[in-house]
Amino acid sequence: MKMKAMNKTTKTNFITYLLVIVIYIVVQTLVMSGSMSSLMQGLLVPLCAYVILAVSLNLTVGILGELSLGHAGFMCVGAFSSAFFSKCMVDVIPSAGLRFFFALLIGAVTAGVFGILIGIPVLRLKGDYLAIVTLAFGEIIKNIVNIMFIGKDANGFHFSTKDAVSLGMEPDGVIIVNGPQGITGTPKDSTFTIGVILILITLFIVLNLIHSRSGRAIMAIRDNRIAAESVGINVTKYKMMAFSVSAALAGVAGVIYAHNLATLTAQPKNFGYNMSIMILVFVVLGGIGNIRGSIIAAIVLTLLPELLRGLSDYRMLIYAIVLIVMMLYNWSPKAIQWRKKYLYFLKFKVEEEV
Amino acid sequence: MSFISYLINGISLGSVYAIIALGYTMVYGIAKMLNFAHGDVIMIGAYVALTSMTGMGLPPAAAVLAAVVFCTALGMLIERVAYKPLRNAASPLAVLITAIGVSYLLQNTALLFFGANTKTFASVVPIPPLTLAGGELTISGETIMTIAACIIIMIGLTLFVKKTKAGQAMLAVSEDKGAAQLMGINVNGTIALTFAIGSALAAIAGVLLCSAYPTLTPYTGAMPGIKAFVAAVFGGIGSIPGAMVGGILLGIIEIFGKAYISSQMADAIVFGVLIVVLLVRPAGIFGKNIQEKV
Repeated sequence: MKMKAMNKTTKTNFITYLLVIVIYIVVQTLVMSGSMSSLMQGLLVPLCAYVILAVSLNLTVGILGELSLGHAGFMCVGAFSSAFFSKCMVDVIPSAGLRFFFALLIGAVTAGVFGILIGIPVLRLKGDYLAIVTLAFGEIIKNIVNIMFIGKDANGFHFSTKDAVSLGMEPDGVIIVNGPQGITGTPKDSTFTIGVILILITLFIVLNLIHSRSGRAIMAIRDNRIAAESVGINVTKYKMMAFSVSAALAGVAGVIYAHNLATLTAQPKNFGYNMSIMILVFVVLGGIGNIRGSIIAAIVLTLLPELLRGLSDYRMLIYAIVLIVMMLYNWSPKAIQWRKKYLYFLKFKVEEEV
Repeated sequence: MSFISYLINGISLGSVYAIIALGYTMVYGIAKMLNFAHGDVIMIGAYVALTSMTGMGLPPAAAVLAAVVFCTALGMLIERVAYKPLRNAASPLAVLITAIGVSYLLQNTALLFFGANTKTFASVVPIPPLTLAGGELTISGETIMTIAACIIIMIGLTLFVKKTKAGQAMLAVSEDKGAAQLMGINVNGTIALTFAIGSALAAIAGVLLCSAYPTLTPYTGAMPGIKAFVAAVFGGIGSIPGAMVGGILLGIIEIFGKAYISSQMADAIVFGVLIVVLLVRPAGIFGKNIQEKV
């Protein structure tokens, strides 16, 4: 019996990995044969970042059962810390692969550390409060990045929160972080292949976490915190584990995102509230708690508006409607009843698939 | 003198936050949900007022009334369509995510109808500015109007909750939905009424906000909305005087932060306040600490 359950999990995970690999092969074939427009090709790397973000947010929303609206903030932390590193090290480490590897580590660790720092106060809260505090955190990060000026010259690093002139640098100094203008000239180290490899690693981490002892503890906390506590589960520890892993993975997504852009700036569009909502839409459409669904939803919702050019004006509107309709359809007690009555042949699972 | 003028500006901005926060706090107290779309109802209210003034040539008072009526209807519609079906959903996240969806929907509908360009909002306040201390201190008519409106609304709402049957029903529903139902209170009706009042207040707040800061975009409401929620948490969610005090304190903190620390960091300071409050006193200034029981 136990063996059989194991097999089922392994099989489901295997399908998820396979799905990513098949999509990768298909896309590569399309690129090789030249049947993919350059616009679509430009979307591939951000798409990898979105998929990782969706998977990592699903860990928080679906498995931990808390709504984080600050995921773009963690992504921002990962993006800026790694871009800063890469720009400083561009002459020291000439190998793009090695440099990107270190940048990745730095981005993930910094975002993870921020996850722990934010998690300590935030995870004492729940539900609405947690959502609004993570949202506040995301906005604070964006604000801070926008007033940061860091330069480097022969004397070392200079730091200011006012403007580039007040850094007081020698004439040979280089401005690395230029406040609202962000970081310019990050080496373009991330490619679609690296992105897909990172998606696979992310999946490996998340799926293994979910199906481990810790993962079951996290889900127990989600389903009933008090009951979980009373059987001796350390609520703070496991909540923190899920939250910081999720933050670190969002940082990884930030690293990919940053190393694909010539100029990295923190704007509401890429690291603000809207980004967090967009990721949430991916998670909700794919099914809360369903990792494979998040991947598919991220891909479909990113590529669809680009494929149907006429729809791009209505993209945000469609996102909003998708969000509302999916929530009503999936969670309203009346809708669940209706589905059981009329759509029984589809064999709906009312609970999340985990 | 600049200190006093900052203080008055802070109280004025805080009064707007307080009016918005009242909507949040009442809805939260009764429906136990964070109505994320509340901030965007403000924006819709301002657009309705603007359109009825410039497009239809209505006098300001009629425009405000139109905004109030429109937003009341909108608030009730949102509640009926999006929130009510999810009231007994298995996950508390369901209604929160739906509210985010509604907020997004309102923003993007406004974007389609009115465009992304910033619209200039003509003030609806007929009061002339007041000059004090030999011309050193000027208080604008909008400021006086905003503070007055806030006080009137606050008193009116307190009386409504304390003295009327509907107000008492609200208190009962926020205390215990099941018991209120058994006492013959129309729970769904009471919740709808709460949304109606909250949205009407949002419309007033929208008009006042845009009279004081005369720019209007589809995203105008989002930030004040979130800040007003911070104010509601600050004062103690579910408490009417708490929303008032929290709102005004937050307005003062924001204006002082802008003036004396850094104008770019003002938002970060406001959110920092939220984090500190939740750490030190999660129930807020006027809130009650409720232990969770099994």
